[in-house]
Amino acid sequence: MQESAAEVVIIGGGPSGYVAAIRAGQLGLRTVLIEGGALGGTCLNVGCIPSKALIYAADAFHSASHSEMTPFGLSVKQVGFDFARTVAWKDSIVDRLTGGVASLLKKSGVSVISGTAEILDGKTVTVTTAGGTTCYRAKHLVLATGSVPQAIKTLPFGGNVISSAELLSLREIPARLVVVGAGYIGLELGIAFAKLGSDVTVVEADEQILPRWDAALTRPVVRRLEELKVSVITSAQAQGLTAGAESLLIEQRGYGLRELPADKFLVAVGREPRTKGFGLERLDLAMDGKFVKIDDRCETSMSNVWAIGDLTGEPMLAHRAMAQGAMVAEIMAGKRRSFDAVAIPAVCFTDPEVASVGYTPEQAEMDGHDVKVATFPFAANGRALTQMDDAGFVRIVARASDHLVLGAQAVGAGVSELTSSLALAIEMGAVLEDIAATIGAHPTRSEAIHEAAFGALGRGLHA
Amino acid sequence: MPVELVKLPDVGEGVAEAEIVEWHVAVGETVREDQILAAVMTDKATVEIPSPRAGVVVELGGELGARLAVGSPLAGIRFGANGDVASEKDVDRPDGRALASDVPVDPQAGSPVQTEQPYDRRPNDGHPANAHRNGVAGVEVKLAPVRPIASPAIRARAREAGIDLRLVSGSGAAGRITHDDLAGYLQNRSNASAGPRIAQRNDAVEQIKVVGLRRRIAERMAETTRRVAHFSYVEEVDVTSLDELRKQLNTKFVEGRPKLTLLPFVVAALVHAVRDFPQVNATYDDDQEVVSRHGAVHAGIATQTPSGLMVPVLFHAEALDLWACAAEIKRLADAARQGTARREELNGSTITVTSLGDLGGIATTPVINRPELAIVGVNRMMIRPMWRDDQFVPRMMMNLSSSFDHRIIDGYEAAQFIRRMKELLEAPALLLVRN
Repeated sequence: MQESAAEVVIIGGGPSGYVAAIRAGQLGLRTVLIEGGALGGTCLNVGCIPSKALIYAADAFHSASHSEMTPFGLSVKQVGFDFARTVAWKDSIVDRLTGGVASLLKKSGVSVISGTAEILDGKTVTVTTAGGTTCYRAKHLVLATGSVPQAIKTLPFGGNVISSAELLSLREIPARLVVVGAGYIGLELGIAFAKLGSDVTVVEADEQILPRWDAALTRPVVRRLEELKVSVITSAQAQGLTAGAESLLIEQRGYGLRELPADKFLVAVGREPRTKGFGLERLDLAMDGKFVKIDDRCETSMSNVWAIGDLTGEPMLAHRAMAQGAMVAEIMAGKRRSFDAVAIPAVCFTDPEVASVGYTPEQAEMDGHDVKVATFPFAANGRALTQMDDAGFVRIVARASDHLVLGAQAVGAGVSELTSSLALAIEMGAVLEDIAATIGAHPTRSEAIHEAAFGALGRGLHA
Repeated sequence: MPVELVKLPDVGEGVAEAEIVEWHVAVGETVREDQILAAVMTDKATVEIPSPRAGVVVELGGELGARLAVGSPLAGIRFGANGDVASEKDVDRPDGRALASDVPVDPQAGSPVQTEQPYDRRPNDGHPANAHRNGVAGVEVKLAPVRPIASPAIRARAREAGIDLRLVSGSGAAGRITHDDLAGYLQNRSNASAGPRIAQRNDAVEQIKVVGLRRRIAERMAETTRRVAHFSYVEEVDVTSLDELRKQLNTKFVEGRPKLTLLPFVVAALVHAVRDFPQVNATYDDDQEVVSRHGAVHAGIATQTPSGLMVPVLFHAEALDLWACAAEIKRLADAARQGTARREELNGSTITVTSLGDLGGIATTPVINRPELAIVGVNRMMIRPMWRDDQFVPRMMMNLSSSFDHRIIDGYEAAQFIRRMKELLEAPALLLVRN
């Protein structure tokens, strides 16, 4: 077996791993990145990026095909749609981004090894590639193996029971799609396929869709699901496929058993950390439930063994993973860092989009804060009206005593783009007066942010 | 959720009570597992008591300075906060004793109660009240458990500079820490070490609770000066020969033997002198009105430690040679300074030697280490012009400032004793004679 030494060995080339590798390379550390699949991980290949491409195409198609006669005079007589080209276009975006990651890694001097890693101990990893097995010894080991879709016992993946990754790789639009799980993944894809023409049914075990978000935020999404004729069945458990695998058998509380016939069954009930198949058990690390336990520097219970990304727990989001990756690289290079973000934005790319940064009103109250909450509806926002989509609102949560902004939520078209200014406000320690005194460009949807702050200060102008 | 009482653990070596010298938590504060609740001080050391589990502090077992018996409640903690699943134990008050602000020491409770809480035996290396380090000299700061409000750039700057932002007060809205606040804090910190640059009126009053060793010293000093009829006697000694001898011995025995300071010679002189004056190597039980004259010379060595004056004891100085004496003095001083001196090493002296080292002074009026009857103080050595025959000659001179308890020792005896000390120190060959 060949042997090789490095300062840093990173297992996993997803958002946390490749960012850690680039930054470590930039800081002059001899870095080896091991990836068994494609660079970019779930996010670039089968997650964030391809789903956003599909959502964009679905939106465009849906809006064109529902423009027989618009209030502003546009009429579209015939809409053509070639899903194969959608897929090819999506794949080209993915290729461009993963190619970009590869060239950034190369530019930073990172050795990327395509192969399967096996941890021998906290400093030694073997990699099996087509060309044989190499043993790497490193000062630092970074675990960035990410997560995989969670399976349901009664409905194992296989055949027409598919995960989000496979749904995003379909070559044809299924005529009937059943989505198990009304979390953000299930709803984003369910809505996109409904717009592409699938007959979509969403099954959720909880009493409401997007169970982690409050009812006010999800109400515009519920309304849109109705308009798109997506049937939503809540308080229902998937029992398994019927004989012949043509229908999903569900049991809905109060209604008993039902059969939902479909061509594809998407299971989107969450994700779980990838902890098996690469020798992690040899390290016997302290765990936090299913996740690897880390401290505020992303260090595991073993010194100089670091864990970043989905492997380390909620929120399993690419932007958190990237921030952890960059931080760990700097720590390994000897800098003083700790993960002290006050707020990690979360966005649900449904129609309309839902976004949250920091505390929701309920969370703030549960943590003992006396809060002021104010909302501003897009129905009173000029830009929203001129875009023919005035659903939703911006909501701001501030501490009553000193007006410190604790959190903000928004639902509406394009609100994902508001998250960075909301997060900036929170990280900077803004108070309501700061936001109210910051002039937003008119007419934009972002005006809703300072209008909400005006409202919280009891001097709303446009509502 | 159940409230559990964290009891004062048996801190070892037969200690029956300990004094609370610092609270690290306040009522209402959330504590993590192993977070330090309080520092308690026994005769020998300061011990930090950690919380056995995560929870919320609901009661404190006493105010700063309260003395608690081993096994009495130190703090009441509602476990189960921070997601720690509480055990279904009922309120644990086995002896029915409630928390009081100052639990009286019950002699019956002196037997150590077995507790399962882990505790830390590390002595505190500084003054216990300074365990919370802080930037501005000597002011104790309670750290708020909350996250300070500051921008990411300021947080990063503080981390690089090793500053805990909870110590920095923010001037911005909602107490936000600005770049200027952090800069001001850093500036103040460096000014504090460099000394104030401009004279300003300063109306600040800092109130410092007298606790721990300081309180013990205060009590003992007050009691001693109330009871003892001190008089002090100062004599000058020509230590030119002694200093030469000391240097010669240190040059000759560079290896394998400790370096000799002046103190071992003073102790040797004491050992010789008290043979003729047994009344000064004695202890006086003034309640019983009995003086005990001791054959042994157990010399107390007054030692300045970070938390205050301590007097470890050099036992049986009469049986030690100069080097053994030097080694033992050094060991005792180090142990006292590090807080590792055993309790029995801090009691039982029969006469005490005090020296301020290089500071020394010209003359001092030392306070007797009761129940002893005499204390010998060593002042600074310096070359002074002395008249000899018909001219001034430079001589290495040193004063001995000693105090005696006039209830037992009269001035005449004291003067004779000191003259004997002077003879011995001026002709140090006598010290090397053992008979």
